[in-house]
Amino acid sequence: MNREQGAHAARLTFLLILAAALAGPSAWADLPQQTPSIFAPASTPAYSIFGLSIFALAITGGIFVVVGGLMAYAVIRYRERANDDTSEPPQIYGSTQVELAWTVIPILIVVVLFLTTARIIFAIQDAPQPKDALDVTVIGHQFWWEFRYPKLGIVTANELHVPVSTPGDPQPTFLHLLSADVDHSFWVPQLAGKTDLIPNHPNETWIEPTHTGLYYGQCAQFCGVEHAKMLLRVYVDSPAEFAAWVKDQQQAAVNDPQVTAGREVFETHACANCHAIKGTGAVGTFGPDLTHLASRATIAAGAANNTPQDLYAWIRDPDAFKPGCLMPAMQLSDSDIHELVAYLETLH
Amino acid sequence: MADQSIPIGGSLDITPQEREPLLDRLHEWVVTVDHKRLGILYVLYALCFMLIAGAEALSMRIQLAVPNNHFLPPEIYDQFFTMHGTTMVFLVGMPILFGIANYVVPLQIGARDMAFPRLNAFSFWLTAFGGVLLYWSYIGGFGLYGMGNAPDVGWFAYAPLTTRPFSIGSSMDYWALALIVSGFGTLGTAINIIATTLSMRCRGMTLLRMPLFVWLMLVVSALTLITITPLTAAQVMLLLDRYLGAHFFDVQAGGSALLWIHFFWIFGHPEVYVLVLPVFGIASEIIPVFSRKAIFGYPAMVAASVGIAFVSLGVWAHHMFTVGMSSVSNTFFVLSTMLVGIPTGIKIFNWLATIWGGKVRFQTPMLFCIAFLFQFLIAGLTGIMLSVAPWDWQLHNSYFVIAHFHYVLVGAIVFNIFAAIYYWFPKVTGKMLSETLGKWHFWLFLIGFHLTFDTMHFVGILGMPRSIYTYEANRGWGTLNFIISVGAFIQGIAVLIFVWNVIRSLRKGKEAGNDPWDAWTLEWATPSPPPAYNFASDPVVHSRRPLWDIKHPDDPDWKYES
Repeated sequence: MNREQGAHAARLTFLLILAAALAGPSAWADLPQQTPSIFAPASTPAYSIFGLSIFALAITGGIFVVVGGLMAYAVIRYRERANDDTSEPPQIYGSTQVELAWTVIPILIVVVLFLTTARIIFAIQDAPQPKDALDVTVIGHQFWWEFRYPKLGIVTANELHVPVSTPGDPQPTFLHLLSADVDHSFWVPQLAGKTDLIPNHPNETWIEPTHTGLYYGQCAQFCGVEHAKMLLRVYVDSPAEFAAWVKDQQQAAVNDPQVTAGREVFETHACANCHAIKGTGAVGTFGPDLTHLASRATIAAGAANNTPQDLYAWIRDPDAFKPGCLMPAMQLSDSDIHELVAYLETLH
Repeated sequence: MADQSIPIGGSLDITPQEREPLLDRLHEWVVTVDHKRLGILYVLYALCFMLIAGAEALSMRIQLAVPNNHFLPPEIYDQFFTMHGTTMVFLVGMPILFGIANYVVPLQIGARDMAFPRLNAFSFWLTAFGGVLLYWSYIGGFGLYGMGNAPDVGWFAYAPLTTRPFSIGSSMDYWALALIVSGFGTLGTAINIIATTLSMRCRGMTLLRMPLFVWLMLVVSALTLITITPLTAAQVMLLLDRYLGAHFFDVQAGGSALLWIHFFWIFGHPEVYVLVLPVFGIASEIIPVFSRKAIFGYPAMVAASVGIAFVSLGVWAHHMFTVGMSSVSNTFFVLSTMLVGIPTGIKIFNWLATIWGGKVRFQTPMLFCIAFLFQFLIAGLTGIMLSVAPWDWQLHNSYFVIAHFHYVLVGAIVFNIFAAIYYWFPKVTGKMLSETLGKWHFWLFLIGFHLTFDTMHFVGILGMPRSIYTYEANRGWGTLNFIISVGAFIQGIAVLIFVWNVIRSLRKGKEAGNDPWDAWTLEWATPSPPPAYNFASDPVVHSRRPLWDIKHPDDPDWKYES
């Protein structure tokens, strides 16, 4: 089965479930509907896993039909009936031949399934990294994602941009996974299986997306009170879009003289201790880099939209969106916050 | 039907004494060393905690029923899933199963008590104290910082979230101490069961004539000794980290977060078998009696049980396929995990063969056992899916895993615990549980169970991770979560019917007599409830089904057993 067919089959298989699931109540953020189903893969490792999972599903499904069918038959066929006499049925104590048969058959099934699984483990896990593959360092924080592109000199947060991979121009992205505090797990179901980010234990994974678009994921290892709002977006860009994004991200921050007041608020308050804005005095690393904040669609690791209203509400009281998050309410005056928001909105 | 002149047992003719004052009777329960009373205490204690942990689960289901809900704040939600898991495993699952074993094992082997009655009482009170200690964290967990309260790190409590920089206050200390204390209680009971089965069996009861429930409890007890130990060690290490400046899990000082994960699952995986093997024993008692046939392949059943216990010690890292082990390590744990499927398959096939050719009676205990067979089959097959490591990279920590292990913990274990209670309640109290209420309980619980846990598989496949207190509407998980929550409440109603059934039957239930199910093991040869000394005279057995031999002198089992 090729990739296209695989994705197609997946969508067909789960059409019903998706249809049922589509009707959700009012939205948290105005976002297009997209379910991050593992059966709608869009990246090389996710396709391999999908193929293997259909194989395993077929085997286990077959076992269920046979054994479950026998159970149902036995329970119905050998029920006690109203007109039965009171005698006991013939007592049968066992049979070595039968025991052997139902030991050997499962062993054969295990051998087949094991060998198939082992092949895919090695194919995914030990895939060599091509020289020109994109490198991204992913650092998990309570409760947001830091993305660093060491070769490109880019630092951003929560929204990962990677190039699409085509047969003519394969563009895998290799992710180096670190943690700044506790365990996290990087999971974008349509792109790859999850890999944990564990302090003092660097991990690696890779994706090779074959379709452009936005893919949702989120932290998959409980990491504290706002684990649920440690969301993750991967934008798979066309080569031209990606090049433009890289060029934009490599610039220092926009310095718009119209919002100097807001910039002063940022630099003279504790904001600068935790956040960096390239080209200013703010070099903090505890929170997300804000150099190109306005180029992102969300704030607070996806907990709110990147709109002036949400940004205002977030700065005034972060707990309104993410109770328990580590950004404090800075007790700024209303006018200060408005200046600050105006400044941050210019950071394209 | 049962021959009323069974020569084993009977009771001494002791004239009933006058009813003692309430306080004296309660005092007797506190100081008792009788295995039957302790068994009842264990079961009641566990049922209380089952109601508490069930209420926690229902609160979580209200919170998740619709996207972006605000029923529970995140801190409370995190506490509830931590307490729900810890409670159900340590304060419900193990105590109720050890409680049933406490009651049934000595009766089934024709003994008058456990080998160490005082250790037995001590173990129960340790376990009970552990439970109180865990829940005391709601009151005492605040510590100096005024934060913390109940533990909120998941029942797996991965470091470094449990170290002091991330867990301020005393909640983690309550958690660690509670598990150490109840763990010692569990160890005491395990030692007691091993000693009892090895040295207290009545005349004629060789190891290969022990009822399968006794065999399974022997295996479980041995497994308990191996598995609780690393957990206790890890808890001690955690406390050393927190108070004495050790750095086992303190990553900021070079400690290892991975070390905790290994320790936890070296305990945690065999723990699953500590919970599930006893219910295999329960099924192996009930299915033959209600199919009217001897268990098929008894020696294979014993061998498979020992085999499962042995293999279960070498599979822990299948909980860790995503932590970044080498491809070779991953492959090893794929193989060892898949191997568990073989002895487990043998057990399912033997139960099936026991039903085959029998005359199946659909009384409540058997209904629960039949549902168990189907559900355990599915749980085993989703387990095989999870053992396929690359697929596990997707399914791990998703609702698919939650669905899988609740299929084991509820679909197999809780269903069989209910079966066991319906089966042995007449022996324990002398009263039958109501069949009508029992069937209501069964069918409602079955429907609720499948609404909840079948659906959870699908939200997991659709990418919903566990441990999240809310989710966005555009992910498409809303409708399925609503169905899951509806199912949870149906299960809640079923459990309330069960509680009502117990209370009502205690007062108004039909008299049970010695042997209401026309069964074959020794506990049915004594009165219901059994006298303190169990058997008036020491029984002598000649086969695995002593009461069958007595009821069918023309066709006794000992003629056929090798």
